[in-house]
Amino acid sequence: MKPPRFDYADPRTLGEAVALLQQHEGEAKLLSGGQSLVPLLNMRLARPAILVDLAKVAGLDHVREDGATLAIGAMTRQRSVELSPVVKARHPMLHAATLHIAHPQNRNQGTVGGSLAHADPAAELPALALVLGAEMRAVGPGGERTIGAAEFFVTYLTTALEPSEILIEARFPTLPPRTGWSVTEVARRHGDFALAGVMATVTLDDRGRCATARLVLFGVGATPVRAPRAEQMLAGERPEAALFERAGRTAAEEIDEPLSDVHASAEYRRDLARVLGRRALAEAAARAA
Amino acid sequence: MPASRHITVTVNEQPYEAVVEPRTTLVDFLRGELGLTGTHVGCEHGVCGACTILWNGRAVRSCIMLAVQADGGTIMTVEGLGREGALHPIQQAFLEEHGLQCGFCTPGFLMSIYELLERSPDPSDEEIRDTLGGQICRCTGYQAIVAAVRSAAAKLRTGAGGYG
Repeated sequence: MKPPRFDYADPRTLGEAVALLQQHEGEAKLLSGGQSLVPLLNMRLARPAILVDLAKVAGLDHVREDGATLAIGAMTRQRSVELSPVVKARHPMLHAATLHIAHPQNRNQGTVGGSLAHADPAAELPALALVLGAEMRAVGPGGERTIGAAEFFVTYLTTALEPSEILIEARFPTLPPRTGWSVTEVARRHGDFALAGVMATVTLDDRGRCATARLVLFGVGATPVRAPRAEQMLAGERPEAALFERAGRTAAEEIDEPLSDVHASAEYRRDLARVLGRRALAEAAARAA
Repeated sequence: MPASRHITVTVNEQPYEAVVEPRTTLVDFLRGELGLTGTHVGCEHGVCGACTILWNGRAVRSCIMLAVQADGGTIMTVEGLGREGALHPIQQAFLEEHGLQCGFCTPGFLMSIYELLERSPDPSDEEIRDTLGGQICRCTGYQAIVAAVRSAAAKLRTGAGGYG
């Protein structure tokens, strides 16, 4: 038996789930797909007193277009997003991002809400939420609130959610017209955690020049991070290789010192940020044209 | 001492009821409680794929799923796939294409491939490789396994293989 002992509850409503979190404040962990939490339990790095399983709470599993927003329930499996015809046809950036999440066998069980709330800095969905400016809906003892992606990711494995709050839905805005996107990362093997990755969107104006750009780097710091100086360099400029080269270099320079570990040095990660930044902006601009 | 839980699961079309500690992983339950030792335990953190089973028709890692999470669901393990003398076409293809040597990883591969071929009877090489990417084999080499998937897909499409 690998995991330490813990209690288990499978509430039927969000109200019951919130009450359980309040009752065991600080000692409870929410269980969604378990693709990060159960390994942590098996390694005994996490030792919660109780797991509160959200599997039987109704209303958390959906992929729904709502005006200019794609609303995804927190308990929606990543694989369901990947295989959704609506996502594939109308939200190709989301589809592309899911394909980088671990392996199909993990995506079959892993959830969108679980990945966002786990907030691994090398994970794809937090980076996607940040580049698209997604909003997170959460329910807690005081009712419901909405948290923007820029405020949601606080630091390593830490979000703005209070201990008794539950993420119930993520709302991803649809890309505006004349906007292209890119999802790119480098990992030792496909499906491994990214050593570094970049997600970008570029919007062109009616003369074919860059109007706005968003550039998010992940796997390089405590959270996914935007590169605002690099983004601003594109405004009003003609989309061309030299511009993307300069913007990639700027992105790599403006981030804090990247993580250095057994998988890659800080220096290597910074260089990946430069190269991937350049490639992502070029790809996004090409898709926008 | 945390309370144990009563669960009901259907495994390989057999209903089972059991009382489990919440911390029991599904693979330990399948092997230790039900005696279904065909599912293997490898890395125990969801990376190697040896423990892959079908959970409500989808291939998942049973080492990072708790038995209590399986309550009310339907599971298929390698024991439900075929048996000696009546191999499933995927197993037959592994035999013919030399898709295994030591066999430790094989049950997980078979279950992942089963899901792939259910969803996609004539998969592209990219689909095959994406599926196999979630399974680690340390002795055969993957080319023979890719060949086995292609062969199994053809057998299943034509109804050959002497199964069912």
